[in-house]
Amino acid sequence: MQTEMRPTPKARGGAPIMPDSAAEMFLTLTVAGQLCGVPVLAVRDILAAQAITRVPLAPREVAGSLNLRGRIVTAIDLRRRLGLPPRAANAPAAMSVVVEQGGELYSLLSDSVGEVLPLRADGFAGNPPTLDAVWRDVSRAVHRQDDRLLIVLDVDRILAIG
Amino acid sequence: MDDLLADFLTETNEGLAALDGALLKLEKAPDDRQTLSEIFRNVHTIKGTCGFLGLSRLEKVAHAAENVLGKYRDGSLKVTPEGITLILSALDCLKSIVSGIEAAGNEPAGDDGALIAALDAAWRGELPATPVTAPAAVVAEVAALEEPVVETAVAPEAEVAPEPTPAAAVPPPAPAAPTRAESDAEPAAATPAAAQGQGTQAQGAPAAAPQTIRVSVDVLEDLMTLVSELVLTRNQLLQLVRARNDSALTVPLQRLSHITSELQEGVMKTRMQPIGNAWQKLPRIVRDLANELGKKIELVMKGAETELDRQVLELIKDPLTHMVRNSGDHGLETPEQRRAVGKPEVGRITLNAYHEGGHIIIEIGDDGRGLSVEKIKAKVLAQGLTTEAELAGMSEREIQHFIFRAGFSTAAAITSVSGRGVGMDVVKTNVEKIGGTIELRSVEGKGTTFFIKIPLTLAIVSALIVEAGGERFAIPQIGVVELVRASGNAEGAQIERIHDTPVMRLRERLLPLVSLSRLLQLEQEAAEPGKDEGFVVVTQVGANVFGIIVDKVFDTEEIVVKPVAPILRHVTMFSGNTILGDGSVIMILDPNGIARATGVGADGPTEEIAQAAEGPRGARSTERTALLLFRAGDDTPKAVPLGLVARLEDLPVESIEHSGGKTLVQYRGKLMPLVSMSGGWVPPEPGRRQAVLVFNDRDRAMGLMVDAILDVVEEHLNIEGAAEQPGFLGSAVICGKVTDIIDCAWWLRQAGDDWFRQSAAAHTPYRVLLVEDSAFFRHLLVPGLTAAGYEVTAVDSATQALQMREQGASFDLIISDIEMPDLDGLGLARAVREGGAWQALPMVALSGRVDNERMRLARDAGFTSYVGKSDREALLVTLRECLAATTIA
Repeated sequence: MQTEMRPTPKARGGAPIMPDSAAEMFLTLTVAGQLCGVPVLAVRDILAAQAITRVPLAPREVAGSLNLRGRIVTAIDLRRRLGLPPRAANAPAAMSVVVEQGGELYSLLSDSVGEVLPLRADGFAGNPPTLDAVWRDVSRAVHRQDDRLLIVLDVDRILAIG
Repeated sequence: MDDLLADFLTETNEGLAALDGALLKLEKAPDDRQTLSEIFRNVHTIKGTCGFLGLSRLEKVAHAAENVLGKYRDGSLKVTPEGITLILSALDCLKSIVSGIEAAGNEPAGDDGALIAALDAAWRGELPATPVTAPAAVVAEVAALEEPVVETAVAPEAEVAPEPTPAAAVPPPAPAAPTRAESDAEPAAATPAAAQGQGTQAQGAPAAAPQTIRVSVDVLEDLMTLVSELVLTRNQLLQLVRARNDSALTVPLQRLSHITSELQEGVMKTRMQPIGNAWQKLPRIVRDLANELGKKIELVMKGAETELDRQVLELIKDPLTHMVRNSGDHGLETPEQRRAVGKPEVGRITLNAYHEGGHIIIEIGDDGRGLSVEKIKAKVLAQGLTTEAELAGMSEREIQHFIFRAGFSTAAAITSVSGRGVGMDVVKTNVEKIGGTIELRSVEGKGTTFFIKIPLTLAIVSALIVEAGGERFAIPQIGVVELVRASGNAEGAQIERIHDTPVMRLRERLLPLVSLSRLLQLEQEAAEPGKDEGFVVVTQVGANVFGIIVDKVFDTEEIVVKPVAPILRHVTMFSGNTILGDGSVIMILDPNGIARATGVGADGPTEEIAQAAEGPRGARSTERTALLLFRAGDDTPKAVPLGLVARLEDLPVESIEHSGGKTLVQYRGKLMPLVSMSGGWVPPEPGRRQAVLVFNDRDRAMGLMVDAILDVVEEHLNIEGAAEQPGFLGSAVICGKVTDIIDCAWWLRQAGDDWFRQSAAAHTPYRVLLVEDSAFFRHLLVPGLTAAGYEVTAVDSATQALQMREQGASFDLIISDIEMPDLDGLGLARAVREGGAWQALPMVALSGRVDNERMRLARDAGFTSYVGKSDREALLVTLRECLAATTIA
């Protein structure tokens, strides 16, 4: 099952909201219970469970490779990358968020993928000093999202492995 | 730019490129009428076309050059190096004007008066007293943007390089031509400049191709991508049909498959060009470099017909040129320096290109002074790149790799040619950008060789699909020699173990093996340790052959090689990945990486391997050698040539004593040191005896303690397998069993460090040339001769020996084997005695057999003396006699 990206803004309430010029659109995803956001323009594809081939001798953050319409995508396990505990054995398979860097495709394996949200520019805050070191390394900023905190991920830093 | 001008530019560029090579040819062979005519014709054509198009500046220069060439052609003027240099500078002038036209659309303004005057003077017969080339060449090692070099109103090459690439150096300009643009003016590089998508030739052969058509690179790219996808789809179809067994589809599908393969081949051909195209300019650059630096340089180019993708070719052109210039400038010494260390005056730069396992390897080597580890260390510390402590822990190779750092250069003086320290790091970056790697090997005093390995990324290759550790992999078919089924039972090939390393005996050859699942750290099914089953993929990398153990073998498929993501690029086992017909992604193995990871000899420079003819193919002795077989330390039988053993002794264990940490025995009135072959030597029980092999050197003896003496046999000795442990030359198959061959010299040294220290040499050591085609015997003789105080140079063929004579090498004595392929010892002796530098040298013949008839033949051919091969004592005595005789004479 593949979902094509359509950047239609939709607020929590259900009524479409015109994004104001100061807001950026973000795709939300969840990793080990933490809500994260990735700039929508960086996302090429969202995929459901895929057959991933292991790559021997690869860094442990690399889960393997998968085939996306004839192109090879390197899968990065976000939990391992962020030093989080591995997925439970009976949990549903990971969702892939495919991004591109330097002409190569990478997929970020996360627990689940949410909606595309506009995040107002004034809702952003810098990284709190209490943020875990690993998160601080990959986080661009945090955003207050109703009752939850959303960590905005920096894709380039996530892919800086080894 | 109108079409007429564009055509003219392309044609003229081709003509100028051809002229370069032709002029150099003429310099070497001034009376070559054909070359002369060709050169004249070319220049004449250029002049004519220029006139027709109204390009007056070009026309004037071409006309002046044509005049001189005309006189050469009808013999009224002699061809001299100065003359050639002058014509070459005229060519450079033409080139720069042409590139000016390409950039701006019309001739750049400029005055060639001085050049034309010089040409006219030559035409009149007055050659310049001093060479025309002034050492004012400026090298743009970074983009031309950086160099304040452009002196005309036209700004040519500044716009060519969108990103910094090390542009090739500029040939020395003609003097007093201040308005000439001095930027790089390679015609072929100018072609991308003219690329407003203008395009390239479909066929880039330097020899005049009969019919060509110009096609845009983008069109070819798209074609290539489409064909790749077609191949993948065809693979999928094949897989589906195989599963369904639908006969109606089989025939058309087969036809489709066949056509697709041919289409693929055809499209690949359009992109492939011989690497010789990139090397075209190098002879000229080397010549100019040699003149400028006052050195003598010979450029050897091997494998020029090796093909690679056109785009890749463009990208490595500049790095190659830079490295050749580096070799000439930094690597090679001046003739005086070379003579002082006994090298031939002419320094050699060797280029070698070949395909290997889905890659192209380009070697750039020189026989110069090599990298000085000390100098690098000093520079590294001075620049603060690392600390002393870290340096101490680094291997020589790691230290040598510092030259790839930005800003690094140990050149004491920055010459105009190189030394600005912006070179090697840019080369490395450029090579890595196309997914390649660069390695270096350097021996101080001997020379340096660089190895650039570039993947054929766009290639569609045939690959063998195998399975190991539950995962599937692809091995490029090109490196696979054969497939062997290794069964646990006695039939068929068996996997044996030497020191826990798996090997396999395959048709009299010993094959080192590598377990793929172990190498890739995959979980293996708990296999019974004793039973080694599966398949062995026999792979060849360079000159080395080894086997990869896999669990299953599927079939051969055509796959599209896709480069691995940058994150995974450091895993050297893989050369790429691909998508199979069933949609799954699998990794493509790189036999080269595997060989290096397991140390299966892939580390040795190819030149040495080719020359020494060692490696698993074996060091073949054509004669049978008497070998002593014994057991020591473990169950593997060991062997030593009987001729080297003085005596076999069985000593009572009580006579063995210990003193000063050494084991000794009183033997024939002297104390003889005893050496044990294995670390934990346990003396036999009292009352028993210890078997000892006694080795002699003049008045000293050494005993090698062994467990049991097995046998004495006469066998052909083929040493195979890299020697992994010190003390062993390698392994061989003796009497059907794998046997270790010991390295006597090493064991002798264990008896005492001063064993090989010679009595104070009252004179400089005699230089001995050893001509022996068998690597084994070279190994045997060279250490012994060196220990005796001689300076030994060994070559493996008589032809090579004669070559050394041509190059001016000198020796005090020549030792030569008789039975050698091609030119044998007798032929060599005759050639030496006929005349030349070595005519009066004493020559000693070596042979496996000593009989009167052979001795007579040898003496007749010119040998001074005749000795048996395994008789080291006799050899040393003979050497002493011969050399004493010469000093008296």
